[in-house]
Amino acid sequence: MSEVSFKVNGSAVTVDVEPRTLLVDALRQNLGLTGTHVGCDTSQCGCCVIHMDGTSVKACTMLAVQAEGSAITTIEGLAQGDELHPMQAAFRDHHGLQCGFCTPGMIMSAVDLLQHNPKPTEREIREWLEGNLCRCTGYHNIVKAIQAAAGSAVSSPMAAE
Amino acid sequence: MYAFNYHRPSTVQEALLLLKSAEDGKLMAGGQTLIPTLKQRLAQPSDVIDLGRIKELVGITEDGDAVVVGGMTTHGAVATSPLVEARIPGLAALAHLIGDPQVRHRGTIGGSLANNDPSSDYPGAVLALDATIVTDRRKIAADDFFEGMFDTALEEDELITSVRFPVPAKSAYRKFPNPASRYAMAGAMVAVTVGGVRVAITGAGPCGYRWTEAEQALEGGLDPAAIDGLTVAADDLNSDIHASAAYRANLVKVMTKRAVEALA
Ligand SMILES: Cc1cc2nc3c(=O)[nH]c(=O)nc-3n(C[C@H](O)[C@H](O)[C@H](O)COP(=O)(O)OP(=O)(O)OC[C@H]3O[C@@H](n4cnc5c(N)ncnc54)[C@H](O)[C@@H]3O)c2cc1C
Ligand code: FES
Ligand code: FES
Repeated sequence: MSEVSFKVNGSAVTVDVEPRTLLVDALRQNLGLTGTHVGCDTSQCGCCVIHMDGTSVKACTMLAVQAEGSAITTIEGLAQGDELHPMQAAFRDHHGLQCGFCTPGMIMSAVDLLQHNPKPTEREIREWLEGNLCRCTGYHNIVKAIQAAAGSAVSSPMAAE
Repeated sequence: MYAFNYHRPSTVQEALLLLKSAEDGKLMAGGQTLIPTLKQRLAQPSDVIDLGRIKELVGITEDGDAVVVGGMTTHGAVATSPLVEARIPGLAALAHLIGDPQVRHRGTIGGSLANNDPSSDYPGAVLALDATIVTDRRKIAADDFFEGMFDTALEEDELITSVRFPVPAKSAYRKFPNPASRYAMAGAMVAVTVGGVRVAITGAGPCGYRWTEAEQALEGGLDPAAIDGLTVAADDLNSDIHASAAYRANLVKVMTKRAVEALA
């Protein structure tokens, strides 16, 4: 077993893991942060996207030991108390989710996009989401939500409560 | 995943020593191929040697008339490098088409070339730009590097430290991506280099190769119509659930024409 220390959502943590433990498993099983999902075993679905040192990565395609010394943000780290992150709020307002399984990864990926590119075009949003699969929504409302979070006027009615 | 010992060297020297002393050691770069392989238990290394903290392997610099990309430089860094964009925009554009953003944030040029997946993109750039692969012990010319499916001129314990791309007059890459994985079903990179026009094909055969007939056809001028009269034999091309060899043979022509069109 190896001790691995890193920051998660601002707090310093140390986990005791085997070298073969995936980062996503350390987050979910050792730290109880089950918001980061696992949707495939081929590194293609993007349900597991987190930020490591400010950049989006697939937590299922990293070993926990590789995270030593880094700062990680998961979906749980976005909201400020009861107040949703603007991207989370936009997904809610624009019905950017149905079952919600892909949503944590979608949101973490989308937040990273706006960090690099605060005013993406629709095409840039769709290209950026190449690594995030959704089996429910058909993507249109996800794209709208991201456009809205980027401050563009989009016309979709408020999702029903 | 089978168990292994994990090492995190901070220099190339240290990495090579660890590799030598391991029973069955494996280098790990971005892990975007290696980790999925380990997850599927398709490999069982005794030791994994993580190159992720070796600073000397990361970075993009200009050296005379060449752009030098460190072996551990990510696809994302190449795609967004102002230097690459200014000197070899065709290379930046190719890197931007690899996988998805998260794969590009971790995957590296050294890992991609060492792996030599038949549908990977970088072989197109390395062959068309007549790049040199620099390892811990020698320099390997692009034309001597790719030997077959997942097979390269690298020795068991050899490490790619950088790739040197001579700046071409111009270059362009076009690929037909697999709609799910984004890997190339066929890709063509066409470059006007000091040595003439070079055409490299990836994704179609067991590994990247130069399409010399197309190079000759384009010597008279960068006209997509010059490709029309050429025939591509399907015999040695890959056939799988995504595309038959005949389909790939056609894609080779179409992608080459599109790349030439982009240059003309
Ligand atoms: C969903 C997905 C989509 C992808 N799509 C594409 C695509 O469209 N096009 C494409 O080209 N690729 C694609 N890839 C592959 C990706 O580009 C990988 O990053 C790349 O093939 C391997 O690079 P890596 O740095 O991750 O290497 P690793 O996975 O860490 O290593 C791969 C192999 O190379 C060896 N190695 C690594 N570094 C060195 C070195 N410096 N010297 C010697 N040997 C070394 C390792 O020992 C290992 O055998 C995709 C991957 C995924 C998961
Ligand atoms: S779980 Fe599917 S990409 Fe990570
Ligand atoms: S909302 Fe169900 S997978 Fe995307």
